[in-house]
Amino acid sequence: MIYNLRTNFNNINYVKILIYFFISLWVLLAAFPFIWTFWGSFKVELDFFSISNWTNAITGENTEQTYGSPFTFVGYHGAWVQEEFWKAFLNTSLVCFFVVITSLTIGTLGAYALSRSNYKYTFWLLIMALIFRAMPPITLVAGYLPPFFEWNVWGTLPTTIIVLVSINQPFTLWMLHSFFQNIPKELDESAKVDGCSQYQAFGHIIVPVMWPGIITTGLFSFLLAYNDFAVTSMLLSDENRTMIPKIAAFLGTTYTEGNVMFAVAAVVSATVPLFILIMFFQTKIVSGLTQGAVKG
Amino acid sequence: MKHNTFFWFILPTFLAMFFFITLPIISVALQSFHTPHENVLVTVENCDPFGCKKVTSIDHGATKNLKKDNPLGKYVGLDIYFDRGHLAIEQVSKLWNNKKNFSEFIVLISDLPLYKAIFFTLTFTFTVTPIMLILGLLIALGVNSINQKLKGLIIFFSLLPMIVTPLIGSIILFWMIDSRGIVGNFLQLLFEDPNLSLKASTSLTWIMLIVYGVWHAIPFSFIVFYAGLQTLPKDQIESAQIDGANSFQQTIHVIIPHIMPLITFVTLMQLMDNFRVFEPIIGFNAEAHATSLSWIIFNDLGGETRQLSAAASSSILTIFGIIILLLPVLIKTWKEFEFKK
Repeated sequence: MIYNLRTNFNNINYVKILIYFFISLWVLLAAFPFIWTFWGSFKVELDFFSISNWTNAITGENTEQTYGSPFTFVGYHGAWVQEEFWKAFLNTSLVCFFVVITSLTIGTLGAYALSRSNYKYTFWLLIMALIFRAMPPITLVAGYLPPFFEWNVWGTLPTTIIVLVSINQPFTLWMLHSFFQNIPKELDESAKVDGCSQYQAFGHIIVPVMWPGIITTGLFSFLLAYNDFAVTSMLLSDENRTMIPKIAAFLGTTYTEGNVMFAVAAVVSATVPLFILIMFFQTKIVSGLTQGAVKG
Repeated sequence: MKHNTFFWFILPTFLAMFFFITLPIISVALQSFHTPHENVLVTVENCDPFGCKKVTSIDHGATKNLKKDNPLGKYVGLDIYFDRGHLAIEQVSKLWNNKKNFSEFIVLISDLPLYKAIFFTLTFTFTVTPIMLILGLLIALGVNSINQKLKGLIIFFSLLPMIVTPLIGSIILFWMIDSRGIVGNFLQLLFEDPNLSLKASTSLTWIMLIVYGVWHAIPFSFIVFYAGLQTLPKDQIESAQIDGANSFQQTIHVIIPHIMPLITFVTLMQLMDNFRVFEPIIGFNAEAHATSLSWIIFNDLGGETRQLSAAASSSILTIFGIIILLLPVLIKTWKEFEFKK
């Protein structure tokens, strides 16, 4: 009996060690590429891509020989000043800000209506939204280009913002819809009994309760706008490029000019805002990811 | 809610989706049946004292009129769908008639651009999805059983591969697996082959892209399953323990059935997302070895020659693919809706 208990105990320890090892391995795989690239972005190319010795990337031997210090901002200077990455950063900020504001405004109205109506057309609208959500956005671009060229609105930020808002609506609607479903309908009913119209009930009673859900959805609309590459690179002209298409353009030009470190610095610069976002909104992101799952 | 109120609430989002999703789909469908007009050519005989010469030139006026009359271009029916860049009916039937055996036929048609893209897209979708489900579940089970204090930190780092822009994530990994990067260097040492390059071979490129896909997708299944594990009824686990079930049996018989709806949800989302795989192909610079349906559309749309008709046909075929992929889910949702009534 005692012997049995002991082997069982040892077994548990063995399993525990295995679990810790497995989890550490995953965390390492998830985090290491970012830490490595961040560290390397302050080095010269010969250290970042070291042919002679891989430890150079950590110690920065060639960087020290060239600039007298193992850290250099040459890559960042090249990207932000010489290649005008600040412009792309500004464009991204504008696009994200307006996409989030517009998406949330029209999305909240629509999702509220969908969650408070039981007619058959509600179901069909939601199914249409699901199908639209499943379609890769790039399949729509061939439909945008001819009219945009015709009306001379191709390449501008407002056009891109409207398109991004529209293609993100299906997702926004579904997410907000599931948040609204969690708010009891009795809340609207009691407000209406007290003499509110549907609009007043929405504005004064429902929206204040919905703020956590709206913020979570806003985070995801931000990510969709920030991370988009396929649509923005097709719809924006060269001078209006946002960060992600700009980085893709860097890859082509910098490889040939030997300025890979510009691209590395730009990549790290574009990752930093996301890093900060996860730091502040980790629980919100997690709740957003699980929201759709818990409520069909 | 009354019809009238519903209408005003839904109007803005409906208009946005109507004008920027529904109409573009119709436009894409129409474009896929038309090709751009060819220039109208006129041949004029110019005579001068040295003799007569026939000169062919573009009749700009006539071309303009033609474009004005039919702004979509020349109607060609299904020709674009059947051409070599798409379904390649002619080439495929030729290969089918001359085939020695089926596997050779598959190898040969995978040289045709669209089939090449379909094969990669399907392989990617149906390898990444199961692997990410299993690994995500294992990590969720692991994290669920360890020290409470570490969980926040683990979730923070776990979110990174998913939240970070796909293009950026794939570029970062691409630099690391470069033969001069740390992982590439390490692999060369491991296999004692100084010329080993992951970019050079097709199968290694596919593996590389699939590894990226799994890396990018694991956080999603991990987070969702982890949240599901928090709602696990304790008494069920306890009674299973009393009955003498070990942790493996508990996982199979209690945990998996409990989170089954979540597994369905994650599978559905992943099938949709993996089917549109695109950014890693650009990030890994892998066009030579692997293309996807989204990549084909992007490639046709870009550059100096925007081949809208070709892109439109590929888009319609991609949408068909998505619908076939989602058909079981749509039917299920419909049945549930009917059942609720």
